Amino acid sequence: MLRALGYFIEIIRGSLITARHFIVNMFFHILKVLGIKTKRKGAVTIQYPEEKKELASRHRSLHRIMSREDGKPRCVACMLCVTVCPSECIYVEAAEDPDPEIQKYPAKFVIDLNRCCFCGFCVEACPEDAIRMDTGRVEIAEYDRQDLIYDLDKLIG
Amino acid sequence: MIVFLIALIKVVLALVWLLLLTLYTADWVERKESAIIHDRIGANRASIFGLRIIGLFQPFADAIKMIFKEDFAPSFSRKLLHTIAPFLSFFFVAVTIAAIPFGDTIRIGGQTIKLQVLDINVTLLFVLAMMSLGIYGVIVAGWASNNRFALLGGIRGAAQLISYEVALGLSLIGLIMIYPSLKLSSIVHFQGELLFGFIPKWGILLQPLGFIVFLFAALAETKRVPFDLPEGESEIIGFYTEYSGLKWGLFMMTDGMEIVIVSTLITTIFFGGWQVPWLSADGFHWPWGGEWLISHWIVVILQVLAFNLKVFFFCWLQVLFRWTYPRFRYDQLMDLGWKLLIPLSLVNIVGTGIIMSL
Repeated sequence: MLRALGYFIEIIRGSLITARHFIVNMFFHILKVLGIKTKRKGAVTIQYPEEKKELASRHRSLHRIMSREDGKPRCVACMLCVTVCPSECIYVEAAEDPDPEIQKYPAKFVIDLNRCCFCGFCVEACPEDAIRMDTGRVEIAEYDRQDLIYDLDKLIG
Repeated sequence: MIVFLIALIKVVLALVWLLLLTLYTADWVERKESAIIHDRIGANRASIFGLRIIGLFQPFADAIKMIFKEDFAPSFSRKLLHTIAPFLSFFFVAVTIAAIPFGDTIRIGGQTIKLQVLDINVTLLFVLAMMSLGIYGVIVAGWASNNRFALLGGIRGAAQLISYEVALGLSLIGLIMIYPSLKLSSIVHFQGELLFGFIPKWGILLQPLGFIVFLFAALAETKRVPFDLPEGESEIIGFYTEYSGLKWGLFMMTDGMEIVIVSTLITTIFFGGWQVPWLSADGFHWPWGGEWLISHWIVVILQVLAFNLKVFFFCWLQVLFRWTYPRFRYDQLMDLGWKLLIPLSLVNIVGTGIIMSL
């Protein structure tokens, strides 16, 4: 019974901790309602669709294909990204370029985002810095799977 | 005729008060308070024409959702009992509000109206009896579902409620010894007197131990989180497993209603009900001399407001408990009930007796 009484005191202390959280947070909420700006906020919530968290600079978001000055993609269809991709979601079809400096260009460059796991290996593998994952777009959900298969027109930034 | 009309109005007002408060405690306060404790914001998206007002429409949104959900009863359940069970548990809790005094009397045009629906001689026993009858809802729900897990949940619930019923009753005996009667209205009147000439004679000061035992036993009666073994929403399967839609909603409403009823009971018995310290029927009489006379209506409004404030506070406190404690293990639950609360309440009775006979 004495031990149980010891637990009793701990139980009361526990509720005092939650009560403290409630009162402190409520105080800051009331200050906010009154229009007083404070450094500390009552809640850590980010009200998502209206306000968005800033993405880190190295965050891997939706891919884009870089283009040259004349608007053509930098990609030389070397297939390194296709090889390295662990989810096998990149499909490249090479075609011959008249310019001997470039030699090849991608006639088709398709990323199947249904399968992409956003590992960023393609970005690391690319020798031409043609593919990057820095668009900052993370809301790429669709109702239809077909809409998630991005081709060159959609990827070229 | 006019008496009947007044009674009808009182019943309707009391029920509306209870249901609104229940809807808001069980849904809005519960969500918002837990959110604030967790450093979150909580449900604030329900809106009417883009008007949100900190999520105050959320309970109605939830209620509408609950009404339009499919009301599914499994083919193997006992149909009649399965349907009756939620109504049983709902009814027996809802009916207790009749015994709670919301305020003193008001005078309108020669009529003196008590702000209490049912002022019989044994209101305290009536409340306790109705709260115990509520167990039938739990047992019948578990039994009629014809599902082993639901039945086990019902049995757990019955065992828990019956064992805490003992502590609940015993903790009040000390008070019954002190108070002149079992009428809740006269208990509240008694608490308006002064102790040593300046402290209001509230039950908590006369019976601190009784209050603690009553609080814990009443928390166990509400079947909420530290004591939620009957239902155990999150992992162990409880007595309303086979319920859905509005019937399940009724069980949830009963839970919320029990919070409100327990709060009103604690307020009425231990915290002076509608008494405001030093306020009597004609105004404030300060213990250090001097008085401040105010009119009858302001006194009534102050008293009803005081009652509501106290009830809100205890609703808040119970929600706080729910978001603080993890669930008891079953043997710990029984230990707390039989080995700690009942001996403590017996000690309380003996102590009260000794002090009263001195």
